[in-house]
Formats: sequence, C-alpha cells, structure tokens
Amino acid sequence: MLLIKCPWCGTRDMSEFSYHGEAHLLRPPAPAEVDDAQWGAYLFARKNPKGLHRERWMHAHGCRRWFNVLRDTRDDRIYATYRPGDSPPDVDAGDDNGENNGDNNPGNPT
Amino acid sequence: MNSIHRQVNRLAAGGRLNRAKVIRFWYDDRQYEGHPGDTLASALLANGVRIIGRSFKYHRPRGLFAAGPEEPNALVQLENGPHTEPNRRATEVELYEGLIAHSQNCWPSAAFDVGGVAARLSRLLPAGFYYKTFMWPPRMWRAYEKFIRHAAGLGRAPAEPDPDHYDKRHAHCDVLVVGGGAAGLQAACAAAAAGARVILADERAEFGGALLERGDGDDGDGDGDGDCDSDDGDGDKAAQWLGARLAELRRAAEVTLLPRTTVTGYYDCNFLVACERVTGHLGPSRGDRAPRERLWKIRAARVVLATGSIERPLVFADNDRPGVMLAGALRAYINRFGVLPGKRVVALTNNDSAYLAALDARRAGAAVEVVDVRRHPSGALPERARARCIPIHTNCTVSAVECARGWSRGRGVASVQVMALSDDGREVRGAARKVECDVVAVSGGWTPTVHLFSQAKGALAWREDLHAFVPGRPALANPCLCAGACNGAATLAECLEQGRAAGVDAAAAAGFTVDDSADSAGATAAIDNASAQLNIDEPRHAAMRALWILPCEHAIGRGPKKHFHDLQNDVTVADIELAAREGFEVSEHLKRYTTTGMGTDQGKTSNLNALAALSESRGLPVAALGVTTYRPPYTPLSFGAVAGQQRRDLFLQKRVTPMQPWHVKRGAVFENVGDWMRPYYFPGKDESMRAAVQRECLAARNAVGVLDASTLGKIDIVGADAVKLLDMVYTNAWGNLAVGSCRYGLMLNEHGMVFDDGVTTRIGEQHFHMTTTTGGAARVLNWLEEWLQTEWPDARVYCTSVTEQWAVASLSGPQSRALLSELCAPEQPLDAESFPFMSFRELTVAGIPARVFRVSFTGELAFEINVPARFGLALWNALFAAGEPYGLCPYGTEAMHVLRAEKGFIIVGQDTDGTVTPFDLGMDWMVSKKKTDFAGKRSFSRADTARAGRKQLVGLLTEDPALVLPEGAQVVAELRKPPLKMLGHVSSSYFSPTLGRSIALALVADGFQRKGEKLNVAFMDGGGHQARVTAPVFFDPSGERARG
Repeated sequence: MLLIKCPWCGTRDMSEFSYHGEAHLLRPPAPAEVDDAQWGAYLFARKNPKGLHRERWMHAHGCRRWFNVLRDTRDDRIYATYRPGDSPPDVDAGDDNGENNGDNNPGNPT
Repeated sequence: MNSIHRQVNRLAAGGRLNRAKVIRFWYDDRQYEGHPGDTLASALLANGVRIIGRSFKYHRPRGLFAAGPEEPNALVQLENGPHTEPNRRATEVELYEGLIAHSQNCWPSAAFDVGGVAARLSRLLPAGFYYKTFMWPPRMWRAYEKFIRHAAGLGRAPAEPDPDHYDKRHAHCDVLVVGGGAAGLQAACAAAAAGARVILADERAEFGGALLERGDGDDGDGDGDGDCDSDDGDGDKAAQWLGARLAELRRAAEVTLLPRTTVTGYYDCNFLVACERVTGHLGPSRGDRAPRERLWKIRAARVVLATGSIERPLVFADNDRPGVMLAGALRAYINRFGVLPGKRVVALTNNDSAYLAALDARRAGAAVEVVDVRRHPSGALPERARARCIPIHTNCTVSAVECARGWSRGRGVASVQVMALSDDGREVRGAARKVECDVVAVSGGWTPTVHLFSQAKGALAWREDLHAFVPGRPALANPCLCAGACNGAATLAECLEQGRAAGVDAAAAAGFTVDDSADSAGATAAIDNASAQLNIDEPRHAAMRALWILPCEHAIGRGPKKHFHDLQNDVTVADIELAAREGFEVSEHLKRYTTTGMGTDQGKTSNLNALAALSESRGLPVAALGVTTYRPPYTPLSFGAVAGQQRRDLFLQKRVTPMQPWHVKRGAVFENVGDWMRPYYFPGKDESMRAAVQRECLAARNAVGVLDASTLGKIDIVGADAVKLLDMVYTNAWGNLAVGSCRYGLMLNEHGMVFDDGVTTRIGEQHFHMTTTTGGAARVLNWLEEWLQTEWPDARVYCTSVTEQWAVASLSGPQSRALLSELCAPEQPLDAESFPFMSFRELTVAGIPARVFRVSFTGELAFEINVPARFGLALWNALFAAGEPYGLCPYGTEAMHVLRAEKGFIIVGQDTDGTVTPFDLGMDWMVSKKKTDFAGKRSFSRADTARAGRKQLVGLLTEDPALVLPEGAQVVAELRKPPLKMLGHVSSSYFSPTLGRSIALALVADGFQRKGEKLNVAFMDGGGHQARVTAPVFFDPSGERARG
C-alpha cells in the first residue's frame, strides 16, 4: 500500500488513487497526417521499464486531478510527483538503483 | 460415560496458571480439565494426551511438537456448527470453559485411524506424487482424486454463516513495535520515553515472550549446587522486570498495548496489518457486543521488529513420533504451564540451548540424558548439566525411535537408540545403546523470525555463526529496525540493548529525540536501571555443530526409517534428494515440487532444514541457495477478520433512486445495474416475469408506460469551450445544435470503438446537459476530465456529475402527451409543433420545476421529465394520481430492453463489447465527415478497423417464431460436428409482444451483406436453430411514432 503525494492535496494512501499508465505520451496534433505506424505507436506502444517510470495517476477519491509520478518499478520507490505540464524532475536512481536493488532475498530466483 | 481424566503430567507448582480455578473442556468427545493460563496444547499435555492428529500424507500419529505459532502437528477442529474452525493450532488456542475440539485428518480418531494404511503405501507417495503416481491412466484420475482429497483433508469449513461479528480499525503511529518480548518491551519503553506515539503488538495473551518461559536453567548462580527448589530463580526476576515495564507503558499517554494481536503482513510504505483476537479466546459468541476479532491497518513512521526466533529441529530417523518436541517447547511447557510431558527425557542437540531444557526437566523431576552431536561440548551449560548428574552422550545421535505398543499408551516414544557418529557426521558406527524415554527434546539452534522483514522487501544476510539468515538492509520504502533474537541477538543482555537502541533510533527517526531535560534523562535512566533489575548473568552459549540431518543405520531414504523435515506436509529428506536428482534444485522449484513449507505453518520449523538437505544434495552452501519468498500472512487470518463489517448489506453500497419506496411498495423485482438497484419488472399477483414484461411492453406501446430513469448518468457541462469538448468526444458535430435541442451522440475511445452513448442537450449557449449509460457515468466523466486536464489544460470548460441531482420519470406511449398535459398548465403547449421531438423545455409539472426532454428510447412518443431529486417521489406520485384514466403502467428495465430491441437501439456493453465501431453498428450517419479530428477518428483507417469481414450488427428472426435464442449463442453457417466456424454471436434476444414473435440482435461477420441469408445458431446442448438475417430495426422503421 504505497503512500503517494498528490501535488494538490498532499500525501495520501494509494487506495485513494487510480493508475492511468505511461505519462508524457504525445497525441499527434494532426492525427490525419500521421501514418498507421505512428498512430499505432501512440495507441499501443508503451515502455515497460525495469527502473524509473513516468506515469499518470489520478486522485480519484480526492481532488480528482491527474498528475504524474516518477516511480521505480524495481522497488516501487516514488521519487517525485508533479503536475501535468510540469517537466519531470531530474533524478538519478542509478543503474543499480542506489541503495536498494529490490531483491527480496539473496539468490532468490524470481 | 467418560470419566474426567486426571492431569497426570501437571507439576505440583509453577507456571503462570490460576490453579484455583478449574476449566473443563472436551477433546475428541472426552472431558478433561485445565486451568486459566493454559493453552489447549498445554492442557492436553497435562492430561497425558500424546497423539493430537494424523499426518497429512501418511497418516502417521503425531503429537505436540512446539508451543507457539510454529506448531506443525497439532491442528484441531475447534467448536461445532456455525462456530467451527478448522486448522486451529492447539498451541495458540487459549483454554476456556466448555471448549470443544476434535482431531483432524483421521477417522475415527487420532489414536486409531483407518487411513494409517497410507503409511504402508508410502512408496506410492514420493516427492511430486501429485504429478506422477496418480496420473496414469488419465481416466482414472477422478477415482484417485476422490480418494486423495478425502484422505488429505485438513479439517472442514463451517457450513453455516458465522454468527460472530468482526471489525476493522485504521491506526497511525510513530513507532510500531512488533513483538512484546524483552527486546520489544525495551524498544517500546524507549520510544515512549522520547514522546513517540507507540503501538506494541504481541501475538500472545501475555507480553514477555521468552521471558515467560525462563526457569531454573537460566539460574545464573552457576554453582552447580543443585539449587533446585530455589524460588528466587530468574523466572521471578523476569516477572518483576516484566511487570515494571508494562506498568511504565500503561502509564504513558500515547502507548497502545495490543496483546493477542498478530502482525500478519508488512506492506509498502510501512503499512502493516494485524489481527487482534478481541473476544475469540473467550469462546464462541462470548463477546457480547465486542467483535470476535479486529483487523488493524497500521501506518507507522518507523517499525521495530522484535519478532524473536523459532527453534530449528534436528532431523533424525523417525523424528516425527509423538513425544519428540522442540527443546524450547519443553521448557515452555514446564516453566510457563507447569506441565512435564514425560518422566524420562532425552535431549538431542547440536548446541547449548537444549541443556537449558534438560536442566529445567531435571529440576521438574524427570530423568534426563543429553545426546549431543558435538564432540566436546564444553562451557557453562554442559558443565552445569554434568554437575547435576545428567549423563551426556557426546558425538552421538539418536539413530532410532521405538514406540510403545498398544492403544492405551498412545503409541508415543518409549525408547531411543543412541549411536556414535562418524567423523563427518554422515554415518553412525559402533554399538547401539537403548535409552528409555517418553520425551525427546530436540534443538538445532534458533532461526530468527525474519518473515515480516522479508515481506517488507528487506534483504536477508547469512550469519555463518548462527547458520541462519538475519535481517540485512531494509528496503528504503519500509524503514524499520530489528532488535533481539530476530536480529540474531544471542543473549538476553544483547536483546535488551538492541531493543533500547532500536526504540531510541526509531523515535528519533520519527522526530522524537530525547533531549537533555531532566524528564527525558530520567526516563532514559529508568530504562537503563530496568536492565540492571533483570540481573542477567547468562552464560554465553558455545558454538553449535553444523549438523542437522542425522544418520541412522541405513542410508536416508533407503530403509524403513523416515527423516521428516516438514512434519505438517509430511515431506522427508529423501523427497528433497529425489527432487534435486530430478532437477528441481532451485529452492522455489523444490518447494512447489515437494510441497515442503506449503502447509498452514508455512514451514516455520522446516524451511531451513529443507535448504540444509538441498545443500547436501547439491554440494552448495545454504547461503548460496537462498530462501523462498516470504509472503503474508505470517499466520493464517480468518475470513471473518478480512471481511470485517463489509458483508451482507454493507458489502457493497447500494444506490437507489428517490422513487425507490414506491417501487418496493408496488412489489417490484429489482436488478443490479452497477451499484444501482433498478426495478426489473413489476409483477402483478401470481404473474410470471414473462407475463409481466409482456404486459408492461404493450402498455408502453398502446397506452402509456413510465420508467424510473433516474439512474442515467448526467453530466453538466459549462463553458466557452464546451462545444470543442463535445466535438472531440462525440463522433458527430455539435456547433450547430440550437439552444433547446437534443442530439444523440456516440462516444469512442482512441481505438475507434464505441464505449458509451447518450443524448446531450443544449440548455444554453455555453451550457450542455449530457446523459450517459447508467453503468458508464463515472467512466465518461473521467474521460472528459482526462481530455480537459491532460490535453487542454487551458480549455474553459467545467464538468460536474449531476446524476444524483435529478430524478427522472420517462413517460412513453401514445397517451403520454395527454397525461403530461394534465399535470402542466395550459400555457405550456406540448403539441408536436411547440415542443418537437429531440427538444427540451423547462416546464412546471405537477407544480414542480422540471426539465422535460422529448427523447425516446422506446420508439414511442415520449417525455423524459427531470425534476430535482427531492421532488422525484412527488412527481412519481402525481403521475400515478393522474395516470389511471390513461392506463399508466410502470415498467422496468426488462421491458425497456425489449422495447428498445424492437427498435434496434443498442445497449453499449451488451450489443457492443469494445471491438465495435460505429460502422459495425450501421451508424455511419452518426459519424461526421466534416470534422478533421475527434477521439477515435484516426483509427477508422487502421487496417484492422477498415478490413472486410468485420462483425456487424444485424437482426435475426428464428424459423420458429416462439423460440427465443439464448443470448451469447454462437452464430454459425451450418450445424455439424465441431469444430465449427463461428460467424458471430447473439447479443440481445427477447420475445416481442408487439410483433408476437421472438427477435434477436447479433454481431455477425459481414452481416450487412448477409441480409436474407439463413444462418444457424448453435446451442450449448449440441442442438441449434435456423434464423434469417434481417435489418436490426423490427418495428416502425420510419420512426413516425416517436415524432408524433
């Protein structure tokens, strides 16, 4: 149960929020002018990084506003939250993810 | 009549019992006695009950093995009827008057079990037997399965609803301390002294942890004078210390003490779940108004884990016989419960801690011998044992266990065979010596209880000196500190120091530091003083011998004797070796293949020994193998606690309309639509559903019907850019819609697929009233907001959900105008010219200000009357007060479905499934050709969306007009032996009273081109029926009636 800081309301329990996938996807400004591959990429192509992920959340049971979250998918650490339109803050999670590599146990095969 | 059994194993004195009071209880239909302070386990032991159950796979008799949550054997069925609970560990059940328990997994009783024959078939049940032995021939699996499931049952679930109630509570604290032993108490006191809000939770009834189990063995005098009767042992000092700590915590203002509370899960960001047994320990339904259990959801700034450790068994030949138990458990039974489970004790050990048990048993009056696998055990504890004339067999093991014969003695251990070990400890040699005994107390060292730390994604570290995993680096997201035995502390002094430090550090991290003021300095001094009070003079334990799997005369798995490392799931060392030979050599695979550690005890006593056996087989150190993932819950949670109050009416919120009381009074049958309860139909006396629906449909077609449409999603859209928003989310154009007019809209996602529809009305130049499907209201509002917030943050539009602000009565039928005009003033003309189809007027209906929309979902002349919700019932009553001369009839959602299907109007989600475009629905006319962009438009030209052969909405008319096709049935070209090529499916199907025959809508590949074709609809029973493809509009195709 993550704690997420809504940029408007402050830190709240994850159960107040809903998840809306990858952030900063640009809708082609003139869809008629892009080819199928470009439109297909907009519709379907999503990053699935092991590491930092910029994603959209909505404070569904709060102010109902969309915002962005910079989360490390390896350990669910949230580095920052910011409003739509703001540029993502520059953080360095490191290749080995700093202090915490998210491995539960030594030798855990999963 | 059964006589009451005597407590033959109860010591004359000692233990934390109230001996003045006698509790009577029933076990396997015999009556026994115990005392307050007993667990079911200690009371059974006191009464000499040795066999508590049969093992899971081989049905071998089993006895008590432990004294805490790690107990693998003693699972009982507690209570009867609705109160019954399977798989309760006898070691965790507090005794109460009238308790009823039964043994499990045995018939007719634990002592005499017919299934014991499985023990003789053990060759058929090797590792992975689920996957092997009983798989062939495949057709026989059903027969095997029945036998296996019956034989392997672990208790039975209650068949009646739970009469007790349960509760939940959210809590926030600065420091949560898990575990109320010496370290945990010390941590809680230190954190409280710093002013932090503290919650201290412990799974047992009493705080104190291992302090409650200390006895003479801990007596620090070390003089070996046989000071056996001393009442001034460490047990008393511990009790005094404990009392002082608890008094301190009770005085503190911000400390919550939670005994009988198991922290079962440690989730992200220091969110922990704990289950408090509030009244369950008193017996069934004795809680009065208090809940039986309460589930705590705790968010803590810092967590201190002081969860202790669990003793690790040694694995030797036939080590599962009743009477074999953990050495620490023996101490607990002697010192905490005043029970000596046997008269002759053999302690088998690879370390010093079993000597404590040996000394305690000796003091309690047992004859004791120690079998130590170490060559030269030395140090204070072995010396103390020697001083008390306890024989010590060094460099030896127990190589065989003999059981007593006959039922009366319960077939427990009667003697063991002791043999010397070879140098490497892998074989026995020399002559065997027989030692008579009825208890074998085993110790293979202590395993830190790292479950919660590991659940919290903390990294584990291997401690070579302890031969165990200990907490390493905690996860960043879950700041916690570990203290005491769970952190590898070996002595009480270390536990106290670690506890104090963890408490201070946790409080400081949460923002509470002990400053130099006199108060806090005094508090710190008090803590230090407290440690001194305990007067610890505990001998440091000598090193253990790294040997857990002990040999017998035959190679392990090559003879009659079995070496069980997992008692609950009946897994042996031979199973591990077999699995490793077969390639299941990673611990996670091994676990699943052999089922080791997969019982309700989750391998608390077995996991490390399984790894030790795997390590032997693979020739790798345990540290390199790694443990399997620890997952919540630490011990099982009851369904009641998880559900809490959220059951029956409180399980899911019910939404009802303002007209609900009328519907109930009228005897409506309801259906759930999303969270809404909507009238499904209104049956008359003895009227069938079909008859009622037919009657309601005909009324709406021939006279006037009224539908409670209050549940329709309604969104108020205001702003200069409102048209821009509508143009983007709907397929058609909105700029040219006149104020006062209504328009139907289709909403697509970016894939070009229909996801909602509804009528939107222009109330003012910059003001629109949008309606959505009942179930889609929230989804549509989110969709609009997403566009506004993430694509057009500068747009001047505001969307507000007004679903619950308006109550809606939808009048439908040729008499609807006449009825409505009765309720409106004459200056409010309703004729087709003044108030045309697809327009809206603000009227006063029955004295109530109303928005009336001339829209129709039935194809009839219709008026949708919207009034502020508080007037909904008044409007409804007024309609019925005036409606009788017109034949006004209420209709429900089923009639609404029939009426709209006769007109070929779709229901999103029924006739569409997220893969349907407006073109697939034949609604090309709804799609603007002029707009350059709207949501989904670009996807129309994607190859898959534009291809031929897509499924299209058509009507189906059956050969037999009386036959109503099943919804969801597949449409096929011809009926023959499967596999059949599927052309599509029936999406809506009803009997139409208007047409006097059945009708259906279907999505069929190339449906538009197939009009007139005869296709087949396949049924589940293998049959089918022929139907003709038609247009989807069955009634009034020109739409005259609605415009009238």
